[in-house]
Amino acid sequence: MSERTLMGGNIAIAEGAILAGCGAYFGYPITPQNDLLEYMAQQLPALGRVFLQTESELAAINMVYGASATGVRAMTSTSSPGFSLQQEGISYMAGAEAPCVIANIMRAGPGLGNIGGAQGDYMQCTRGGGHGDYYLLTLAPSSVQEMMDLTMLAFELADKYRNPTLIMADGFLGQSVESIVMRDAVKKLPEKKWAITGAKGRPKNLINSFEMNPLDHPARIKLLLEKFERMRINEVRYESMLLDDATIVLVAYGSAARAAMTAMKLARKRNWKVGLLRPITVFPFPNQPLADLAERGCKFLVAEMSGGQMLEDVRISVGNQNEIKLVNTYGGVPLTADQIFESIDLMM
Amino acid sequence: MSEHGVNDLQNVIYQRPDIMVDRATHFCPGCGHGITQRLVGEVLDELDLKERAICIGSIGCTVTAYEYFKVDGMEAPHGRAPAVATAIKRCHPELVPFAIQGDGDLASIGMAEIVHAAARGENITIIFANNANYGMTGGQLAPTTLMGMYTSSTVKGRKQEHHGFPIRVSEMLATLDGPAYIARVSLHNPANVRKARKAIELAFRAPMAGLGLGLVEVLSMCPINWKVEPVQSLDWMVKNMIPQFPLGEFKCLPEVAEMKKVVKG
Ligand SMILES: Cc1ncc(C[n+]2csc(CCOP(=O)(O)OP(=O)(O)O)c2C)c(N)n1
Repeated sequence: MSERTLMGGNIAIAEGAILAGCGAYFGYPITPQNDLLEYMAQQLPALGRVFLQTESELAAINMVYGASATGVRAMTSTSSPGFSLQQEGISYMAGAEAPCVIANIMRAGPGLGNIGGAQGDYMQCTRGGGHGDYYLLTLAPSSVQEMMDLTMLAFELADKYRNPTLIMADGFLGQSVESIVMRDAVKKLPEKKWAITGAKGRPKNLINSFEMNPLDHPARIKLLLEKFERMRINEVRYESMLLDDATIVLVAYGSAARAAMTAMKLARKRNWKVGLLRPITVFPFPNQPLADLAERGCKFLVAEMSGGQMLEDVRISVGNQNEIKLVNTYGGVPLTADQIFESIDLMM
Repeated sequence: MSEHGVNDLQNVIYQRPDIMVDRATHFCPGCGHGITQRLVGEVLDELDLKERAICIGSIGCTVTAYEYFKVDGMEAPHGRAPAVATAIKRCHPELVPFAIQGDGDLASIGMAEIVHAAARGENITIIFANNANYGMTGGQLAPTTLMGMYTSSTVKGRKQEHHGFPIRVSEMLATLDGPAYIARVSLHNPANVRKARKAIELAFRAPMAGLGLGLVEVLSMCPINWKVEPVQSLDWMVKNMIPQFPLGEFKCLPEVAEMKKVVKG
C-alpha cells in the first residue's frame, strides 16, 4: 500500500500501534498527547480491542503490565510528568521481561514546567529511568512518518527482546501534521509461550522480578544485562546525511534534527562541509559512528532542546580531543535552524 | 505413603487443596495469611479454576502467594494489583484474576487503584488481608492500625492528634455502586474460618458472573507484630480488632445473595 494521507504525529503513533496489533491501550490525559488517547478511545473498542482511561499514569502502566503479562501487545502514552510517575511500573516490567510500548511525548520540565515541546527527559529515557539495572530500547522519531514506522518497529522489538520499548518524541513533533505513507497491518503476531493465559495443559507460568532464593537473583540480572548487550550490538539505528566530506558534524534527534537539517542545507549553500548524524535509537546510542567521525578529526555541534543531555552521550563517544559545542533551547521553546546556523558559523 | 506424605487413609476428611503446591510457606508462626491462602485454594478447587485463575501477588507478606498455587501468576508493584487484575480481565474475560493484598498495600499506597477498580465494577476478586500493620517491613503503622496500638513507628501508640484514625475499607468501598460483594470476616476460630471460606467463594462467584468486584476483608492474625503469642492473638483479635472492624456483609447484590444457596458449608 502506498496511499498518502495527512496525519498528526500523535495520531500516527496511534495508527502505527493499531497496525502493529496493539490489543490494549491504557492512558491518562496529559498535554501534549491527549489526541493520541482520544483517538484510541474512538478506534480500539470499534476493533474489539481494549481501551481504558485510567485513574492515573500509575494505574495505566500497571494495566499495561497486566495486559502484557497475558501476551497482548499493550501500550500507554503520556508526557513527561506522567512518564516520571510510571517509572516503578516500567522497572517491574523490565525485571519481569514483560514487553510493551510506551510513548513519551515530552514537554518542558522540571516539575509542572509547561506544555511546550522539549527533550529534557533524555537521561531518564536512555538510562532506564526507574530503579535497578535495566534499559529501555528507545526510539526517537523525527517525522510523522517515523512516528508510525517506529511505533510499529517498537512493538516488534519489544516482543523480540521481551522488554519495554520507548517512543521518545517531543510535543512539537506530536502536534505536527505531515503527509505520510500508510503501512500494512501486521498479519501474524508472535506466539508467547511465557504468557499467563491460564495453566491449561502445561505447568504454570509466572511473571515476576523476584527470586525466592536471593542467591538466584544475580543470575537473573546477568541474563538481562546480556540482553542489553545484544541490543547494543544489533539495534543501533541512525541516519547519516552528507557525512562523507563533513568537517562539522551536527548531532540531533527528533524535532531538533529537522531544524538541524535545514541549518545544514543553509551551510552547504555556502560550501561549508557540514553533515548531520541523527540518532534514531538513543538507547542503544550510535557511539561507534561518532567515534569514527572523531577519529577523522571532525568537530561536533550537538543541537537539542534540553540543557545538554545528549551532549553527554556525544562526549562519551567522541572523547576529549575534538571540539564539541552545544546549541540548545529549553523550557518548551523550539530550536530553530537560524540558531543552529549561527552556531555553525561560529565554529567555522 | 500418599502424595501428601501421610499413610493412605480410608476416609480423608481434611487435606491440602489439590491446587496448592506441596511446600512450606514462609509465614511466621500464627500468621493468618496461610489460613487465608488455604481458603482461597479450597475455593479454587471448588470452582475448578486451575486453568482459569490468575494469582496476583501484591507487595507485602502475601507477595509470594503465586508460589503456593498451581495456577498462572504474576507479581504486582506495591498497591497496584487491582490495576493489574483489571487489565488481565479486560484482555481475557475468560480468566479469573484474583489478588491477595495487605492493608498497607490496599488501603495506603494502593487506595486509588482499589477505589477506582471498585467504582468501575471490575470483575475481579480481591482478598484484603487486614492485620493492622505493615508486616513485611517490620510492623509499622498502617492505615488500619488501631487507636493506641503500638507499632514500630508508633512507639507511644497510635494517637489521633498525630496519626488520625484507622480506615474502615469495606464500609467505604460499599458506598460505591461498582462492587457486587463486600464482606469482612475474621480467622479467630473455626466457625469464623468457615464463614470466611464462604465469603471468599462469593467474592469469586460474583465477578465470574459479571456482577462486579468481589472483595473480602479478612481480619488476620499477626502475632509477631502484635507482640503476643499465636494462641493469644486469637483473643487479641476479638478484643481489639473486631470492635473497630465489625464483621459482616457490607454489599451483597441480590444475585449474589442467591448464590449463597449453592455455596457449601
Ligand atoms: C513502592 C514501595 N514502597 C514501599 C515498599 C516496601 N514495602 C514492602 S511491603 C510493605 C508493607 C506491607 O504491608 P501490608 O500491605 O500491610 O502487608 P503485610 O506485609 O502486613 O501482609 C512495604 C511498605 C515497596 N516494596 N515498594
